[in-house]
Amino acid sequence: MAEKSGADILVECLVDLGVEVVFGYPGGAVLPIYDALYNHPTIRHVLVRHEQGATHMAEGYARSTGKPGVVLVTSGPGATNAVTGITDALLDSIPMIVITGQVPTQLIGTDAFQEADTVGITRHCSKHNYLVKDPAKLAGVVHEAFHIATTGRPGPVVVDIPKNVQIATAPYARPELKVHASYRPQTKADAAAIDAAVEMLAAAERPVLYTGGGVINSGPQASALLRELAALTGAPVTSTLMGLGAFPASSDQWLGMLGMHGTYEANWAMNQADLILCIGARFDDRVTGRLDAFAPNSRKIHIDIDRSSINKTVDVDLAVVADVGSALDDMIALWKQRGHQQQDLSDWWSRIAQWRAKRSLSYPDTGPEIMPQRAIADLYQACRSTGKDVIITTEVGQHQMWAAQHFGFEAPNKWLTSGGLGTMGYGFPAAIGAQMGNPESITICIAGDASIQMNIQELGTATQYRLPVKIFILNNEYMGMVRQWQELTYESRYSNSYSDSLPDFVKLGEAYGWTGIRIEGPDDLESGIRQMLETPGPVIVDCRVAKLSNCFPMIPSGAAHTDMLLDPNQIAGIMSDEAKALV
Amino acid sequence: MHIQEELSQRHVLSLTVSNEAGILARIAGLFTARGYNIDSLTVADITDDHAISRITIVTSGPPKVIDQIIAQLDRLVPVHKVTDLTDAGPFVERELALVKVAGTGEDRIEALRLADVFRAKVVDTTIESFIFELTGTTEKVDNFVALMRQIGLVEVGRTGVVGLMRGKEAV
Repeated sequence: MAEKSGADILVECLVDLGVEVVFGYPGGAVLPIYDALYNHPTIRHVLVRHEQGATHMAEGYARSTGKPGVVLVTSGPGATNAVTGITDALLDSIPMIVITGQVPTQLIGTDAFQEADTVGITRHCSKHNYLVKDPAKLAGVVHEAFHIATTGRPGPVVVDIPKNVQIATAPYARPELKVHASYRPQTKADAAAIDAAVEMLAAAERPVLYTGGGVINSGPQASALLRELAALTGAPVTSTLMGLGAFPASSDQWLGMLGMHGTYEANWAMNQADLILCIGARFDDRVTGRLDAFAPNSRKIHIDIDRSSINKTVDVDLAVVADVGSALDDMIALWKQRGHQQQDLSDWWSRIAQWRAKRSLSYPDTGPEIMPQRAIADLYQACRSTGKDVIITTEVGQHQMWAAQHFGFEAPNKWLTSGGLGTMGYGFPAAIGAQMGNPESITICIAGDASIQMNIQELGTATQYRLPVKIFILNNEYMGMVRQWQELTYESRYSNSYSDSLPDFVKLGEAYGWTGIRIEGPDDLESGIRQMLETPGPVIVDCRVAKLSNCFPMIPSGAAHTDMLLDPNQIAGIMSDEAKALV
Repeated sequence: MHIQEELSQRHVLSLTVSNEAGILARIAGLFTARGYNIDSLTVADITDDHAISRITIVTSGPPKVIDQIIAQLDRLVPVHKVTDLTDAGPFVERELALVKVAGTGEDRIEALRLADVFRAKVVDTTIESFIFELTGTTEKVDNFVALMRQIGLVEVGRTGVVGLMRGKEAV
């Protein structure tokens, strides 16, 4: 059998596994792999400006295409810079393979130049990781790494390859996939659980479908099945931040997002429901609020591919351990087979109509400044009128919540945001990754003035690869969400939340060869957005918005769904120590 | 404001795992990262080809936390099976202790007498000391050590618990 170097084996594996794009940054311990990628005919390498950017690009690519994202970085600082993105992918269940260079095996443990204990550091922020010390084992590991990253509950997998293993040779033939015998995610639900779930759903008088990122991760088919189940049952649908787009925002059955900044109707429906069907969500603290007051009178069914998500925070009455798509398929089939009809939900819907009448997402919009909510709503309308496919990414903070509230999503994989880890600096590189995977789509990063600066260096990456991404900054000169919490909790002592010394974003963009647009006031808003969408190539928009706007509705930390704040007059400016201690 | 803790129960968990680099760190790290307790942890390979190890963990927590611990362990890629021996039915648990006791005269005779009661073996002796080897449940070892402390305990080494289900079946 022909022998190949470890670096060539790796690249061969990537080709066999269908990898088209690698996001990376070279360095001493990955030079052999970079040489094997030199002028490669099928694998495109995107040179980032910082390794964290590479990980978020891979996440954006993965979320928008459904294919795993691939990252290639060097040892030591290359690997440690990737840790935030690896953790982000773990918390949001994003399939990602991170290949890290390592110092040669004989130097491991000697504090060699650019040595870090990469498998040690990433052990608890990855789904699995490997240190490959033998080139003969490399192909098997890479194939298994892709399998583990993309099956079951998806997640990041790290493959650490010492430099001498990249150079040493071994016999190579395309390996049979050999996976740990112990790795066996349950994707098909137990029939008894499906049976019980269908009967509970059919008997419910006040049902709510509470959906999450698991629906998106399960693939477009799962979103289609969710729509079918909603149509069959007539039940209202709400979603976590991660699940937006799985169910169309234009549907009459859509309640909007739930949780801390969710709608009044979504949170009250959860509170008053008699049955909650949780589909690929995980009762996160942002969703539940105060646990002992969460959906107190409901029975709960939880569909999740990860057994450890069940009963982690909220005790459920029925667990359905399965892939969401598979479980929904089984439930729909059984529902039809049993000839179940919709319950009369008219009382339930009339109660929901009363909650909707609160118009909890409304905001005052008469002043001389642009309200940030207005900016998002106008951006949404302008995007719709293009008739093109639009992908939205966000950074983390107020702008993220306003985007989730005021931008309507109709399809999965169009909304990319850092939910679990809440990583500022995620959105812009994620937009670059999404644009790489979807060259025909309009890709827009909705950002804040603070978080855009966390990976601003990637302006150069978009320029280099001629990626026409758009950045839409809601510039209020504050870390708005931090400032909002300080207003609520610390009597408006704005400790370090003012964005001092902001750059001129227009000039900054122009310095990188971008088009820069500034929107100063309401009169410029519509034309500025139109100009952004019509300009070919990358555009950065500095949209000046009202500085002290707060994001409502809001369930303060430690409060119940029924204790929502709807407007600024309800802010007391001070909280108990118990509430302060919660995140 | 004060931090409150829930009542906890002791559980003996038995795991079979692939015998590969980092597996112990993966498991120990899971316990620290998620704030679970480890009272003892033992590990050794148990197959001819050294491919599989058994890890026995004694932990404690409220029932819901124990359930989470099992689910979290079970989803680690190299973990084959997790059995909660405490829940699964009657089981045998043992640990081994080496107990060094020093003294002369009546203390020395009393130490030997107690060792006999506990069926501990003398595995080393000098004119002024013994090392006893004792096997038994954690409670038995605790009791023996407590008695020896009154006589002249020098130091103790304990293996931590290993356990197996009773009956002819494997877990």
